[in-house]
Amino acid sequence: MALIELNQLTRHFEIRPGLVDRTVRGKPSRLIKAVESLNIAVGENEILGIAGESGCGKSTTCMMIAGLLPPTRGQIIYRGSDLATADAAVRKEHRRNVQMIFQDPYESLNPRFRVADIVAEGPRALRLWDQKEIGDRVESMLAGVGLNPGKYTERFPHELSGGERQRVGIASALVMQPVMIIADEPLSMLDVSIRAGILDLFRELQDQRGFSSVYVSHDLAILGNVADRLMVMYLGQAMEVGPVEQVIRSPKHPYTRALIGAVAVPDPRVKRPVPKISGDISRPIDPPPGCRFAPRCPYADDSCHDTFLELDTSDPTRHQAACHRLHVLPDEGL
Amino acid sequence: MLASTASRWLHTARLGIGEHYRIIQSNPLSRIGFRLIVVFLVIAAFAPWIAPHDPWEMVYDKDGQFASLRPPSWEFPLGTTHLGYDLFSQLVLAARTTLVIGAVSGIISILIGANIGLIAGYYGGKVDEVLMRLTDILYGMPFLPFIIVLIALFGRKLEFVILAIVLIIWRTSARVIRAQTISIKQRQFILAAKARGASDLRIIYRHILPNVLPLLLLYAAFNIAWSIITEASASFLGFGDGETISWGGMLYELWLSGKTRVAWWWFAAPSICIVLLVTSLVFVSRAYEEVANPRLRKR
Ligand SMILES: Nc1ncnc2c1ncn2[C@@H]1O[C@H](COP(=O)(O)OP(=O)(O)O)[C@@H](O)[C@H]1O
Ligand SMILES: [Mg+2]
Repeated sequence: MALIELNQLTRHFEIRPGLVDRTVRGKPSRLIKAVESLNIAVGENEILGIAGESGCGKSTTCMMIAGLLPPTRGQIIYRGSDLATADAAVRKEHRRNVQMIFQDPYESLNPRFRVADIVAEGPRALRLWDQKEIGDRVESMLAGVGLNPGKYTERFPHELSGGERQRVGIASALVMQPVMIIADEPLSMLDVSIRAGILDLFRELQDQRGFSSVYVSHDLAILGNVADRLMVMYLGQAMEVGPVEQVIRSPKHPYTRALIGAVAVPDPRVKRPVPKISGDISRPIDPPPGCRFAPRCPYADDSCHDTFLELDTSDPTRHQAACHRLHVLPDEGL
Repeated sequence: MLASTASRWLHTARLGIGEHYRIIQSNPLSRIGFRLIVVFLVIAAFAPWIAPHDPWEMVYDKDGQFASLRPPSWEFPLGTTHLGYDLFSQLVLAARTTLVIGAVSGIISILIGANIGLIAGYYGGKVDEVLMRLTDILYGMPFLPFIIVLIALFGRKLEFVILAIVLIIWRTSARVIRAQTISIKQRQFILAAKARGASDLRIIYRHILPNVLPLLLLYAAFNIAWSIITEASASFLGFGDGETISWGGMLYELWLSGKTRVAWWWFAAPSICIVLLVTSLVFVSRAYEEVANPRLRKR
C-alpha cells in the first residue's frame, strides 16, 4: 500500500473582482486552476521529486498533501484511507506523520519563539511525550541537525543565519518522527554556498530515519541528486513522471525536453533536439480544456487542445508522459 | 499538563521582564514617565500613612484657627478647601482611587478588547461579522448618556463607574488588535504551527498573542490613561462614586463650592496630577509603539 496516494487531486482558487466591478461592470469571478487532476502515489521510504517553473502548483500540491489546504476535488489517500472522510484518529496520525519543511526560513519561524520552543512546538501541541522527554528529544534533534543545543536552544530566530534557521525548521519537522517529509523548495531561499550542506543533511537524515518525501525544487540538478522518482508539472498538470534518471536523461514530453534543455545539456556530445518554446508562461486563469502546454508546444494538434491525457499511476516504476503526440516527436539521443 | 503550561507561561513572562525594562529605558521620555508612574504607585500604596489628615476632617492651624481656604503653606502644603479639608491629604488618598479605577478599567478593557480582537481577527467570517457589529454599536454609543442611565439605575457606585468606562473603552483596542491579528495570521509561521498540529486556540494564544503583545501593551497604557480621564470627567460632572475621593471628584467639589476663581491651589493640585499621570502613561506607551510599529523606529 502506498503511503500517500493522490487521486484526481485538484485545487482551484476563485478570484472575485472588487464589489464595484462585480455589481456595476458585471465582471464574473475567475478561476485559477492551480492544480488539476493529479494522480500519483508515494511509497514508504521513497522520495518523489516535483519539478516545474514557479506558479505551476507545486506549493499548492504540498499544502494539500500536508492537510493544510482542502482540495477542490479529488482525494488524498493516506495509508489507504481518504483524508476527507477519515475519522479523527487517522487525521491526527496523518497530522503527525506527514510533516512539512517550508521554503522561506525567514518567514516560517515564529519571531517570538526561542529555538527550543520552536522545535518543541509540534510534540507539545500533539502531546506526544511528557515535558522532560520532549526536552531531551529537542536537544538530541538539534544536535542531529548540526546545531549545538547548548549554544542554540535559547536563541531567537533573528539571532540565526538563514542556514541555521532552515536547520531549525528541519529539526522542528523531524522531531515529530514523521514518516513523510514534504520539502517545498527548502534550499531556494538560502545562499548558494550553504545549500550543499543542508542538502547533505537532508540526505543523511533520510538515510538514518528512512522517511519518505515529496521534495519540490525547480532545480533539476538537486532533484537528480535526491529523488527516486520525478514528476514534472506545468501550470497545474503533471506532464511526465518516472524514475529520476530516466526522466532527466531521456525526457519524453516536449515540455520536459525544453525544461531540461534550458537547464543544461549534461553531455555536450549528445545532440538532443530541443523544441523551441514560444509564448509566455502565464497563470492558469480560466484555462481551456486540454493540455496546458499546447499553446506553446510546437507539436500540438487539435487533440492536444481538446483533451488532456492523464497519467496512469498504477505502475509506479513506469516512465510516462502525458502527451498525445509522442509518436511524432523526434527521437531523443540516448 | 495544566501545571506545565502555567509554568511555561511564567517562564516566558519572567524572561519578558528584561525586554520590557529595555523597551521602557530605550527613550528618555518613557524613562521619566515610568519613574513618575512608580512614584504615583508608591503614593497610592502608602496613602493612609502619607496623608496627615482624614480627607474629610476639618483642620485647624497651629494657632487654633479654623483653616478654611488657605493657600499652600508649610502647615498645609497644598492649601485647604472652604470647608477646611486638607488638600494634600485629599490628593494623596485620591491617588489611590484614581489609580485603582485607571488600572482596573484599563486592564479589564484591554482583556476584553484583546480577546475579542484576537478571536474576530483569527476566525474571520461570521464570528468576525458578529463581533465587529457589536463594536460598531458601541462606537455609536456616547459616554455621558450611557453613564447617566447607569447611575440613575444603580446609584453612584465605583463598580458602575468602572463598568461604564470599560464598556466605552474596550472597542478601540478590539479593532486595532483585530487588524494586527489578521495581518499576523497570514504569516507563514502560523501555517507552520498548523502543520505541526497546533489547535486554533493554541495558535491564537501561543503564536499570535506574543506577536501582538507590544501593541497590546501600548493600548493597555492608552486604556488606563483614558480611564483616568474618563473617570475625572465623570466625577467632575457629579457621576463619580460619592463615597470615595478621586482627583476628578476634588475638582467637582471645587466647582460645587463656587470658589473656582479664588482657590487656584485647589484647582492646581488635582489637575497637575491628572496631566502628569496621563502624560507618563502616554510616554511609556510611546516606547511600546516604537516596538509595535517598526516604522517609527529610528535605527
Ligand atoms: N491562496 C491563493 N489564492 C489565489 N491564487 C493562488 C493561491 N495560492 C496559489 N495561487 C495561485 O496558484 C498557482 C500555483 O501557485 P503555487 O502552488 O504557489 O505555485 P509554485 O509553488 O509552483 O510556484 C499560482 O498561479 C498562484 O498564483
Ligand atoms: Mg512555491
